[in-house]
Amino acid sequence: MNPTLTTMIPRTIHGPDEIFIELRGVKKRFGSQQVLDGIDLQIKHGETLCLIGPSGEGKTVTMKHVIGLIHPDEGDVYVAGMHVNVLKERQMAAVRQKVSMLFQGAALFDNLTVEENVAFPLLEHGLKDKAEIKRRVMAALEAVDLDEHAHKYPTNLSGGMKKRTGIARAIIDRSECILYDEPNSGLDPIGSDIIDQMIQRMQKRYGVTSIIVTHDMRSVFKIATRVAMLYRGKIHFLGTPEELRNSPDKLVQDFINGRSDVTC
Amino acid sequence: MSFPLNILAFVGQIALHFLTYLGQVADLAKELLIALRSGVWRLRLVAQQIVAIGYGSQGVVIVTGAFTGAVFTFQSYAKFKEFGMETTVGAVVSVALCRELGPVLAGLMVAGRVGAAMAADIGTMKVTEQVDALRVMGVHPVDYLVLPRFLAMMISMPFLVAESVSFGLFASYLVTSVGYDMPSTWYMTHMVDHTNMEDLSIGMIKGFVFGMLITLISCHQGLAAENGAVGVGAGTTRAVVISSLALLIVNFFLSIALNYAFPIGSV
Repeated sequence: MNPTLTTMIPRTIHGPDEIFIELRGVKKRFGSQQVLDGIDLQIKHGETLCLIGPSGEGKTVTMKHVIGLIHPDEGDVYVAGMHVNVLKERQMAAVRQKVSMLFQGAALFDNLTVEENVAFPLLEHGLKDKAEIKRRVMAALEAVDLDEHAHKYPTNLSGGMKKRTGIARAIIDRSECILYDEPNSGLDPIGSDIIDQMIQRMQKRYGVTSIIVTHDMRSVFKIATRVAMLYRGKIHFLGTPEELRNSPDKLVQDFINGRSDVTC
Repeated sequence: MSFPLNILAFVGQIALHFLTYLGQVADLAKELLIALRSGVWRLRLVAQQIVAIGYGSQGVVIVTGAFTGAVFTFQSYAKFKEFGMETTVGAVVSVALCRELGPVLAGLMVAGRVGAAMAADIGTMKVTEQVDALRVMGVHPVDYLVLPRFLAMMISMPFLVAESVSFGLFASYLVTSVGYDMPSTWYMTHMVDHTNMEDLSIGMIKGFVFGMLITLISCHQGLAAENGAVGVGAGTTRAVVISSLALLIVNFFLSIALNYAFPIGSV
């Protein structure tokens, strides 16, 4: 076992067939646009689900429902048995202790260094032992190969380094589930591969449940245990990467092969 | 739809927008109260904000107070001299600075300088998903972003008002004693005789209220920012405009209320 990752083991271990996240008939409208039109989805513990689909089809919106950043107009969202969409903002802490998220732009705090950004969840959740905080932060930074950049500010980091800092911040609090919003976007192939390996390692070693919004089909086939394709506000395809590859559906084939008539 | 109905619909829409806005600000005030009662005040952030709000605003507030005091004295001295009452300038300027000019001008300066910064800072965090990142980590944005600013403003504003008044009076004293050769004893005697604790209290109370208004309005604009840099810019402009107008309107009603509580010349 990689010693640097031993501090990131999730708090509780669940059976592999236990459903961790469930969306039931989720509908969401922004103005006149019906973004989600009845999403039904179940995600088991330890699964790595990739959400794919054309831009603007509601992949990130679906993911934000899981962590309560957006509430559905209709339907229900359950995470670890908690009914997320009836919880108020101040009651959401219980859900957010189990689920963390990597944002598309990493969403690092500009006024804090890399080290302070990564330590932020620990400090906010009341950990006082400075030595323990330092040890866990350095372990997380080593895991994403950023330990030598701990004292830099986000403005002095490349896009890939920001993403990796975001991952370190997402994993440091030992979440059971991590949501990744386009973790590979804007990265070179090697940087993208490092992120993929990181996600795989978290899943295989610690059984972390992952939902990944991505357009990178190479990543999808490499890391997903299941794939859901969103189209016109509904789940158009749900299956394993192998089933996705062999799907006879023209829309699916157009999308995974990058043919432009997919959105017509 | 007929013309009168169109007008009615238009007025109704404006009223609805206004009530929605008031509701949102009231909701923010409620969350702020909950954050205050939680007792988790993040004193390091409060200290940082005191430096940004209080220490950083001293320059503009002092210059504004001083030159307002000077020009008010310069203008009123000439008129008062026509009636042979030039020695009362100190009293008039002092009461005016304590009750109205000091707090209002300090408030307007802080609204421009600090209100804009609050809206821009929080707005930028909102559009770059840093506010969502806070929420994801289980930290309520009001607890982390609004409460420290609010506490810092409550601590800083009375000092800023006091500085504005003090430098206004000092400038006024210089104008009369150096500019007009009036014996300084006359100025000081009238000023001290006619300025009482109630006048100073009114200035401080107004400072508190204006600080609250500026924080709530500016932080609300920041938290409501959307649509990238354009949205942040628009929110920042609205924060300054709404804070300044609200401050002037509230000042009128506050003056009436406080004049009942502390009538001029009551002592």
